[in-house]
Amino acid sequence: MVKRSTEISVGLFMLAGLVALFFLAMKVSNLGSKGTDGGYLVTAHFQNVGSLKEKSPVTIAGVRVGRVQQISFNEKTFEAVATLYIEPRYDQLPKDTFAKILTAGLLGEQYIGLDPGGSEQFLEPGDKITMTQSALVLEDIIGQAIFNQAEGGGNAF
Amino acid sequence: MTADEPLVKIRGLRFFRSGRMIFDGVDIDIPRGQVSAIMGPSGTGKTTLLKLIGGQLRPAEGQILVDGEDVAELNNSDLYRLRTRMGMLFQSGALLTDLTVFENVAYPLREHASLPESLLRKLVLLKLEAVGLRGARALMPAELSGGMARRVALARAMALDPMMIMYDEPFAGQDPISMGVLVDLIRALNDAARLTSIIVSHDVKEAAGIADVIYVLAQGKVMEAGPPEQLLKSEQEWTRQFMHGHADGPVHFHYPAAALEEDLLHG
Amino acid sequence: MDALARLGRVGIDFLENLGRAHLLLWAMLRGVDDLMRRPRLLVEQIHSVGVLTVLIIAVAGTFVGMVLALQGYYILTQFAAEQMLGVMVAASLVRELGPVVAALLFAGRAGSALTAEIGLMKATEQLAGLEMMAVDPVKRVLTPRFFAGLISVPLLGAMFSALGVLGGFLVGAGLLGVDAAGYWSVMQTRIDFYGDLVNGGIKSVVFGVACTWIALYQGYEADPTSEGVGRATTRTVVHSSLAVLGLDFILTALMFGE
Repeated sequence: MVKRSTEISVGLFMLAGLVALFFLAMKVSNLGSKGTDGGYLVTAHFQNVGSLKEKSPVTIAGVRVGRVQQISFNEKTFEAVATLYIEPRYDQLPKDTFAKILTAGLLGEQYIGLDPGGSEQFLEPGDKITMTQSALVLEDIIGQAIFNQAEGGGNAF
Repeated sequence: MTADEPLVKIRGLRFFRSGRMIFDGVDIDIPRGQVSAIMGPSGTGKTTLLKLIGGQLRPAEGQILVDGEDVAELNNSDLYRLRTRMGMLFQSGALLTDLTVFENVAYPLREHASLPESLLRKLVLLKLEAVGLRGARALMPAELSGGMARRVALARAMALDPMMIMYDEPFAGQDPISMGVLVDLIRALNDAARLTSIIVSHDVKEAAGIADVIYVLAQGKVMEAGPPEQLLKSEQEWTRQFMHGHADGPVHFHYPAAALEEDLLHG
Repeated sequence: MDALARLGRVGIDFLENLGRAHLLLWAMLRGVDDLMRRPRLLVEQIHSVGVLTVLIIAVAGTFVGMVLALQGYYILTQFAAEQMLGVMVAASLVRELGPVVAALLFAGRAGSALTAEIGLMKATEQLAGLEMMAVDPVKRVLTPRFFAGLISVPLLGAMFSALGVLGGFLVGAGLLGVDAAGYWSVMQTRIDFYGDLVNGGIKSVVFGVACTWIALYQGYEADPTSEGVGRATTRTVVHSSLAVLGLDFILTALMFGE
């Protein structure tokens, strides 16, 4: 009937297939970076988040320290609220850290860059980052430039 | 049901295939415990008849009673139960090519009877011994000659001790020796196991040699039936041509065509 | 009038085939409890359908990933977006190329073999022989092959995608100098488990059903001659490929279309 070598090869085949699935799930997709295992959440309010998305990276000096957990809209202040997940080992970020929405490359994706301040106190879970800089929206920049040119007679560019 | 009631009783059988009439009112009785031969020229639907008896095809009209049960009326599980009591030997042997000789013969036993492995082994070896191929049990079907493959298939058909075995052209394409072996086997198995055998064949000499009853089929009808001696001496022109293999007779040597002169002149 | 009649006949033939194919599918599915009692049959078939297809899948997957990285890099540098290379490679593989190419290769390698095997079993009366042994050939022969295909194709698709991503990484990070950590991290932020992976998996399962079903149907309905089996094998490859591409369009529109 079924030979042992057949059974073993089928076992290997199933295993390889499951390993491939696991690899795709944990290493390729965002499933591996879900959950808040040990890290903490802080919020940051922006005038405009541009094309920032959930799961966008949060970096300090170009090094990834966390990701955007959630983006919502505050109806009272008319601001966008981004909840940032910071990995557990970065638990000593100063309270006066500055959050900017940056763009990777000219047309690249948007991410959050944190600039640590000089405070002796550290960010606690649930804290709010008060100093932020919104995303640059291309239309706004162009509009600004045209406005400046019209007003100042020319040397905006 | 009495013992002399025929095992297979066919009444008024009509069957069509792709619009062509194969059987047009056929009546056949297969007596118990005997070897019956169904003969006729190629293409008369002899194999089709076996498939109808086995329930693989359904008749358009008429009845096929096997041991008192109407094959066409049975539901699937009853049909399968009936088939375990029928063996069939296909022309090619129809062995499962990925199993050894031993496993081929063991197959129906494994399917239908849950026997301990040691008993199963004994049974299979006995069946193989009966066809003289116990020594070939480890071979694969591809390593067997045509005649050996048929003998293995015969052992497999016998595995469940059926009440009847149907042979589809058992002699076609056999060398004289394996032909002789098969003729003897069919007769010996029939008598030893008190089987009923149905042989479909167009080999007149061999079939007439072992059959108790012969049915000659042609053009969708039974042309003549009876013991071999009677048919060999038949007065009926058609039967005589078939039984003695004359080139011309009621069945013409020439395929229907316009007159030869006409064809040649208008070429 | 003649053309109209022929069109009508083609239409009726098509409907007949469709009906027979569905009846066969139903009969195969009914064999599932029988299969549960004989898991060995499934193991045997996964071997001949899945294991023997791994090599071509692995080679093809790796090379497709490497080519994607080369081509993608060329395009992405023009927008100064090389860090997106991992996303591009992974998204193309997980959403499209993994399921589709793996299914096409499966149809060519395993599907055609299935058709030839079943067709030859029919031509050599093995199927009729089983029937006369009171064994249902659909349950015993076709059902294990069907489920083996159904299980193998998604796994083969996953292997294809995984090796493709690795191949892309080798070329991207090794040859083109893309940042290795960036390749993975950007990929992880942009490839969604449900949106991309699960949808790709669903595609793979659907293709697996379609390819195996077509292969078995063509074998089961083949003319029992060597010529008939040859034609059925060709039909399997052609029909499977068309079915995969057609289904892919429909599924993509349903899943990723807004």
